[in-house]
Amino acid sequence: MNVPKDRLYTKTHEWILVDDDIATVGITDFAQSQLSDVTFVELPSTEDQVAARDEVAVVESVKAASDVYSPVTGTVLDINENLVDHPEIINDDPYGEGWMFKIKLADPEEVESFLDADAYENSLPADS
Amino acid sequence: MNKRTPLYERHVTLNARVAPFAGWEMPIQYEGILAEHQHTRGKASLFDTCHMGEFELSGPSAESDLERLLTQSVSSIKTGQCRYGFMLQENGGIIDDLTCYRRGSDHFVLVVNAGTLDNCREWILSHITSETTFRDLSSETAKLDIQGPVSREATESALGIALPDLKFFRFDEITIGGVSCLVSRTGYTGEWGYELYFPAEHAGDIWDRLLAGGVIKPAGLGARDTLRLEVGYPLYGHELSINRTPVAATRGRFMDMSKDFIGKDAVSHELETGVTHYLAGLQLEGRRAARASDKVWHEGREAGEITSGSLAPSLGVAVAMAYLEKDLCEPGNTLEINMRGKTLRAVTTQLPFYKHGTARGLNPG
Repeated sequence: MNVPKDRLYTKTHEWILVDDDIATVGITDFAQSQLSDVTFVELPSTEDQVAARDEVAVVESVKAASDVYSPVTGTVLDINENLVDHPEIINDDPYGEGWMFKIKLADPEEVESFLDADAYENSLPADS
Repeated sequence: MNKRTPLYERHVTLNARVAPFAGWEMPIQYEGILAEHQHTRGKASLFDTCHMGEFELSGPSAESDLERLLTQSVSSIKTGQCRYGFMLQENGGIIDDLTCYRRGSDHFVLVVNAGTLDNCREWILSHITSETTFRDLSSETAKLDIQGPVSREATESALGIALPDLKFFRFDEITIGGVSCLVSRTGYTGEWGYELYFPAEHAGDIWDRLLAGGVIKPAGLGARDTLRLEVGYPLYGHELSINRTPVAATRGRFMDMSKDFIGKDAVSHELETGVTHYLAGLQLEGRRAARASDKVWHEGREAGEITSGSLAPSLGVAVAMAYLEKDLCEPGNTLEINMRGKTLRAVTTQLPFYKHGTARGLNPG
């Protein structure tokens, strides 16, 4: 399972890439592989005010629907509208072109509580 | 403890995602549901359906016993023909949907669902006469489905045999590597294809030979479900249940109302007076799917319930089947499904959703 070292992770399988006070968020390789073929993505709207652990997006596969939580508190700056027509990008490139939304952090120190790559990888089931 | 088909180890080797289904550990997907779905619509796929049940009924009263047990006409089934229908309770509730194969004048095989197998067996045993011999062949019988427009040539090429010319819902016996197999031109995907029945100990060998040709690929229960949903086939436990009748499920054409059968009085009454809710097809406004047991609303009131729903991969839009108030079932009515605050819109539409299936058509090429 691919777990890039350049970013942080949540136990609910989102990744967070922080650049200054902007956090880019997506779902991990493990999450996309568990879902399998992603068939639908619902994103938040730009300028939405979101709190950490809010359900802000939905990812559906043929068999299941999963909520995506905002890991952080802040304002939605940008969303990846490509995913609406091409949800399979999340399967193909979960850490790159499959990013979901960017949030301007209300409190940049909030990200300190997240898992690093090693801790996240260790939290995954052994055979994944 | 869930049961495993004779092909379980092969599914694991193929990296299938395996999950419990009707008491069995079954492959849900291999490469992915969408890829397997498209391969079935475009080429041909192989499905392990060994979990399904096969019952043999034989003897001089087998025909008359089955005539009474099943909704479809049995006496008019010719040897080498099979026919789909239902087994009902007295009140019309569906015990199972099943296919009846006639192998001889007093020799029949019923193919039943895995989840209903025990109930079916019990019901049949308590309703047959003493002259009829019942045998449950399920554990000794392997069943493989080959489905897709190139099923015939791909199977012939993989096995190095010629398949007989079979009309839809006809069957014959063939020999594969010395093993006697029953092959019927039937299936659950809406595509041209076959269901193969043979002794379970040969399952691995025949599975391997079919896949070795390279054209036929394995497909799991996930694709089987999206394929059958696109062509509007009901699934027991979703569209069909002990609480629904063939009338409500809009499957009246699978009942022979000119004969007597268990449940006939109940369904006759329903045909005369109508029922409150019928099964209908819904097309949603986008790719987001409604799911089984989601409520359906019309003009602010609850008007029905979803029984199956998914993205229809061949159509690029989500579809569903639902039991709806009778006045809303005709095509073109707008409905709503609430998804935790967000409302999905849907329009009633004619079944099948996918209209290009090759199941009945001449085999291309």
